[in-house]
Amino acid sequence: MDTAVADSLDPLIAELRSRGFAVVGPTVRDRAIRFAEITGAAELPAGQGDEQDPGHYRVVERDDELMFGFAASPDSAKRYTQPPRQALFRMREGTVEEAEQEAPRVALLGVRACDLAAIAVQDRVFLGRHPDPAYRKRREALFLVAVNCAVPGGTCFCVSMGTGPKATAGFDLALTELTEPHRFLVETGSERGADVLAGIPHRPASAADVAAAEEVSRVAATRMGREVDTENIQESLAAAHDSPRWAEVAGRCLACTNCTMACPTCFCTTVEDATDFTGSLAERTEVWDSCFTLAYSEVGGSPVRGSGPARYRQWLTHKFSTWYDQFGVSGCVGCGRCITWCPTGIDVTEELRCIR
Amino acid sequence: MAGPASRRPKLAVWKFASCDGCQLTLLDCEDELPAVAGAVDIAHFTEASSADGPGPYDLSLVEGSITTPDDLRRIQHVRRVSKRLVTIGACATAGGIQALRDFADVREYASVVYARPEYVATLARSTPISAHVPVDFELRGCPIDKRQLLEVIAAFLAGRRPCVPAHSVCVECKARGNVCVLVAHGTPCLGPVTQAGCGALCPAFNRGCYGCFGPMESPNARALNARLRELGMSTPELVRIYRTFNATEEPFRQAAEQAEQSEEADG
Repeated sequence: MDTAVADSLDPLIAELRSRGFAVVGPTVRDRAIRFAEITGAAELPAGQGDEQDPGHYRVVERDDELMFGFAASPDSAKRYTQPPRQALFRMREGTVEEAEQEAPRVALLGVRACDLAAIAVQDRVFLGRHPDPAYRKRREALFLVAVNCAVPGGTCFCVSMGTGPKATAGFDLALTELTEPHRFLVETGSERGADVLAGIPHRPASAADVAAAEEVSRVAATRMGREVDTENIQESLAAAHDSPRWAEVAGRCLACTNCTMACPTCFCTTVEDATDFTGSLAERTEVWDSCFTLAYSEVGGSPVRGSGPARYRQWLTHKFSTWYDQFGVSGCVGCGRCITWCPTGIDVTEELRCIR
Repeated sequence: MAGPASRRPKLAVWKFASCDGCQLTLLDCEDELPAVAGAVDIAHFTEASSADGPGPYDLSLVEGSITTPDDLRRIQHVRRVSKRLVTIGACATAGGIQALRDFADVREYASVVYARPEYVATLARSTPISAHVPVDFELRGCPIDKRQLLEVIAAFLAGRRPCVPAHSVCVECKARGNVCVLVAHGTPCLGPVTQAGCGALCPAFNRGCYGCFGPMESPNARALNARLRELGMSTPELVRIYRTFNATEEPFRQAAEQAEQSEEADG
């Protein structure tokens, strides 16, 4: 893996844009660090960090000028790999028309190691035994610029899940933000990445640069806000089917779906069929759904998982246990979004401790 | 509108105690209105036309709640002349804002407001249409959402179940890409206990959800109330947010009562 150093991200952003990518990176909007299209490094949240706890998120001022001094954004790559709504097909006068699958060329700047792990999980889901061509098209249109985490949040536990904080695979370029002087160590992870790097000003990394970057990841690993004991997690959760904790946690669970919507690996969808007023056009659309809605488990007119405890058990057990059966990996990457974005602050790491 | 050869289903729009805003949602369809008018015979819709086509009607959209003795008789007539009856809006579906009278003495109100309250014939409570006649479908919202209204009409024409999810506002809030105002700003929000349909309009403008669409399918107001208290809401404020357009919908009625009781328990 080649390593280089770049002093500014403006040439990188310009290079990606010149190659036809919309560059989507972190920027402060609505008092949160959101991923949105940016045109220059000035839009990055320099000097802004975040404070994350169960059910709590605030943007905070930092006492340094780090551009990536924050943990997981409420936004993950899921919006780009699996958009919230996508038309599947239309039937016009009895003729089926496949919907044109959009796959915008997007360069995601600032994805974290946990996000890359989540994309790898989604790849197993959508490119495994039953490949989804629309997913493949969107996935191939993504250029991934990872930024190694320097400042994990209060709800982070990627170290427990073995997914971070350093990005090791699945990126085109990986950056580590270094200070004094401010610069970025750049690693290439693909030919495309190397090609982009060749198009921007850079110099070879010195041994000191590499050591400084290693130190960033080493320190980050010691600053996890949370942890999970994954030993025998698959078996022990399956065995906890009748735990009284399911009812206890359901008392705090709103079944609002926020955990599943914020989760970068939760992939469940439903389909909506629409018809026009003339009866000549019908359209089927895939939309995000969640195991917390009653309709999601509706079979024969009534929900199989009608109770709150049953729905919470489904979500946690799938994520940390049956996901292994299905896809050979954990469904959880330790990003902590489900903890932060739960309005009542339900903490999966605490639930796992209590349930097992 | 209907010629002799027309087989278009007849549509009627009826009004009870309401502000007319939900009926106007049909007129607000503007771009889609010609298609609607082409697919159904709008036979009775006094907001749009004084022409009064005779019943029976294939689809009746009913706005408003039952608040007068005359309403009690008229809703029976509407049901008799309607093959399908769909309520539109919080008034017809849940009693509306005027159901706040249920928590007070309406005669006392009338005596304060009107010079001659004896001329006012009104019932002690404001009740939804479903309290009086069978209802085929209830469309929620104050006011209803235009897309959902069009969906209900299109589904009726196709003979299918309307796609009107009963899950929380949070589902559409996240799909829209809003940041959670409760978590990120500490703004009280009823989205987690409120049915979707509005497209998460208020959170998209950094406001908390006001609960216009009434309780979602499995509301856990007790858990939300505990959180809202942590965010600084007082008991009167909690009672107030649930007693708006859907105050007498059972989960919201209970949510307000729980807030009052838990204070008594604490106090």
